[in-house]
Amino acid sequence: MQLTVWTYEGPPHVGAMRVATAMRDLHYVLHAPQGDTYADLLFTMIERRSKRPPVTYTTFQARDLGGDTAALFQTACHEAYERFKPKAMIVGASCTGELIQDDPAGLAKAGGLPIPVIPLELPSYQKKENWGAAETFYQIVRHLAGPHALPPNSARPVRAAGEKPRCNLLGPTALGFRHRDDVRAISGLLERMGIAINVIAPWEASPADIARLGQADFNVVLYPEIAGPAAQWLKRSFGQPIVSTVPIGVGATRDFITEVARLAEMDPAPFLKAEESRLPWYSRSVDSTYLTGKRVFIFGDATHAIAAARVAREELGFEVVGLGTYSREFARDVREAAARHGIEALITDDYLEVEAKVAELQPELVLGTQMERHIAKRLGVPCAVISAPVHVQDFPARYSPQMGFEGADVLFDTWVHPLMMGLEEHLLGMFRDDFEFHDGAAPSHLGHASKAPARAAEPVIEVAAPAMPEAAAPAAEDGPTGWAPEAEQELRKIPFFVRGKARRNTESFAGQRGIRLITVETLYDAKAHFGR
Amino acid sequence: MTSLPDILSAPPASGCSNPPILRERGQREVFCGLTGIMWLHRKIQDAFFLIVGSRTCAHLMQSAAGVMIFAEPRFATAIIEERDLAGLADANEELDRVVMRLLERRPDIRLLFLVGSCPSEVIKLDLSRAAKRLSERVAPAVRVLNYSGSGIETTFTQGEDACLAALVPSLAAAPADAPESLLVVGVLADAVEDQFRRIFAEIGIRHVDFLPARKANAMPVIGPGTRYLLAQPFLGETARLIESRGGQRIAAPFPLGAEGAAGWIHAAGAAFGIAAAAIDAAIAAPLERARKAVSRYRDMLAGRRIFFFPDSQLEVPIARFLHRELGMELVEVGTPYFHKDHLAADLALLPAGTAFSEGQDVDRQIDRCRKAAPDIVVCGLGLANPLEAEGMTTKWAIELVFTPIQGFEQAGDLAELFARPLNRRARLEV
Repeated sequence: MQLTVWTYEGPPHVGAMRVATAMRDLHYVLHAPQGDTYADLLFTMIERRSKRPPVTYTTFQARDLGGDTAALFQTACHEAYERFKPKAMIVGASCTGELIQDDPAGLAKAGGLPIPVIPLELPSYQKKENWGAAETFYQIVRHLAGPHALPPNSARPVRAAGEKPRCNLLGPTALGFRHRDDVRAISGLLERMGIAINVIAPWEASPADIARLGQADFNVVLYPEIAGPAAQWLKRSFGQPIVSTVPIGVGATRDFITEVARLAEMDPAPFLKAEESRLPWYSRSVDSTYLTGKRVFIFGDATHAIAAARVAREELGFEVVGLGTYSREFARDVREAAARHGIEALITDDYLEVEAKVAELQPELVLGTQMERHIAKRLGVPCAVISAPVHVQDFPARYSPQMGFEGADVLFDTWVHPLMMGLEEHLLGMFRDDFEFHDGAAPSHLGHASKAPARAAEPVIEVAAPAMPEAAAPAAEDGPTGWAPEAEQELRKIPFFVRGKARRNTESFAGQRGIRLITVETLYDAKAHFGR
Repeated sequence: MTSLPDILSAPPASGCSNPPILRERGQREVFCGLTGIMWLHRKIQDAFFLIVGSRTCAHLMQSAAGVMIFAEPRFATAIIEERDLAGLADANEELDRVVMRLLERRPDIRLLFLVGSCPSEVIKLDLSRAAKRLSERVAPAVRVLNYSGSGIETTFTQGEDACLAALVPSLAAAPADAPESLLVVGVLADAVEDQFRRIFAEIGIRHVDFLPARKANAMPVIGPGTRYLLAQPFLGETARLIESRGGQRIAAPFPLGAEGAAGWIHAAGAAFGIAAAAIDAAIAAPLERARKAVSRYRDMLAGRRIFFFPDSQLEVPIARFLHRELGMELVEVGTPYFHKDHLAADLALLPAGTAFSEGQDVDRQIDRCRKAAPDIVVCGLGLANPLEAEGMTTKWAIELVFTPIQGFEQAGDLAELFARPLNRRARLEV
């Protein structure tokens, strides 16, 4: 048993729902007890979808368990078919449905529906949401496109002269982090390059669309966590190569264009020249000097975390001090990426562990999920959200992609705005003892987070003391190090937004050297030791 | 002025004492009883709720409130894993390990509930034995109790019923010579509880307790002198167990709206032999305030047609309030479970011919709702936006459980919850 307070991923059948809800003309019959229907509200409330997810739950109860739950499942399949008339159906069980061992796959097959019925085996006690989405998408692709696969050892038919190269866009689902906008950004980019899009899937694809996936020349995998297995199968069955660069950030988008152009047999140079992002200039403009070497902690799904680390270092000039993921399936990739930044990756799905790490590393910016946003808020560190799990705020009304050059512009804005603007930082330093620029007057961009983390508009229901890791507590507990009054006075002259860090650094500096009383000298010795 | 005899002994001839009920057994779009932990853990301030369940349970808990809340709360899930199921790990030993680790981390906890889920019920993990075993280990600092909030046994608010029912056997027996005392049963917001306390004191009921109490070591005593008054309509099992310990129920309408609150207080007063006139005098001012606050919304709501999807079992008393005090027309009153005895006083005040339904077949109910085209629909979060997108006006049912709505001072707030969606729709021009 695993003690869990909050979870980064839902169960695997929620992953299946994300695929089903993204598609058209597909219905999911789920053998599940009443209560599991809560999952509908993820889509209708968080994503504000205007339709119920295409899911029928059997909602069996205790009194049904003595009777015929299998018949209940079969009735549910038939009624769902009659009412919704889908072109294909996926069937499976939730965690409790799995335990009662009714064999939804066999039952659905025996039911004799006149449409393809795709059974899903999603082991709820081993796997999680992203795995469930990937497995579901793979099964749908294999069942519906499988009949059109090339005979073994045959080559792909050559594209007719003058015909545009064609690709599929794989991976976007319902409830994905900015999938809606990434699809628009990247299909626009590909179309401007003169590449036709054969199918986007699962996003708004019908079973008929899935059946013709094989007609593309290559596949673009936007979200490897979801489309990885399906793309591998398509590569084996149709000989379609995979574009593996995920175009998040300017550098990655350039690499993506180059990789796509190579597969489409065209020259990337004109597109690289034509497509523009403001990020490179904004990063070079002088207001951005204050971004130099900002210590950033990154956590999210593997794809977004790895991409964010590259953007942070190469495009904003930050220093990546922490990098991690909850996607254990991609632990190796994240470890490799972390090694490139000279740090060790944090692979965990325990948010308390992530919180302890953030407190320990004392970053100046956290790039994470909604969970890290809350961690950062409690520790008073600026934060931007870069990855699922999602929140209603992650479905902004405006167009706000993460991918492509437009996505890079969005990254610049959303990562930099939580930080102190260069000029503002300068002024605060200059006027730090001014009556209006005092510690209590929160800087405009941080709102409540700086001095008084009092009542936010958000319903943070409870802030329990034990969750605050010891690393963040003042170090004077058993009295090894104390502050001389002049040193305290001097500390107060340091701008408040770095004062906590200066205090901790000085205390650890003193602690390591066995200094019992911190004087003004110690303060400046520590400053010299730690640098900026 | 409405007094007890008007409400209880002389129901209108047109009342709904024994109405026909449409019983449905199809797909139920409802929460399971685990959701009750959301308000139960706020109420009992030193209790921890440990769900023994799956990742789905944990995911439900963080999604159910409609927001994600990432402080460290007083609830968690012990997620059953493959090795627990395959018998590679002794599930009981695993549970003990998790509980001991948890209590180490949270020394502030005095009462621990092991909460059963669908998977723990299906694999027949015996949580009552586990609770006994663990209690022996951690007593007297911590008491360990158990109940089931599983979806196969409980619907939404029934989780509170199961939790309070688990508390009843653990309550100390009142001494034999104890005077008669009033026990108010069901979670109420602290502010509401305080308002009722003041009123009971004023009309002269001296011994008043609330179940649950705010602290584990302050739970009420119980015995043959206990007269209990339900504050919530979904507490069937709790009531049964209180009676098995000698408690006697005071029949009353539920304290929703001015009329409901007055009837509820009057019923309690009458049970303690207090003259109706004295009660009328004591509640005159708050009753007047409540009527005034409610009347503000009458113009907006009178004559509007309302349709209830089943959710919290609060539907019948709320329908009574909306019909009697705001003049709304009841198209269908759906409820997950229809407890006729406990609802008798409310039913008696509803018009004859009110359409009730119990249980659900969600697609068919949506068909009925579309056909009826009501002015406002009360439904769960999974249905609200899709129905809004079809042009209907909706009220999230879950807000009726999370908002203080009981008592005189909240009657206006309850009316406003129904007026707001209509008000909003009237304002928007795009």
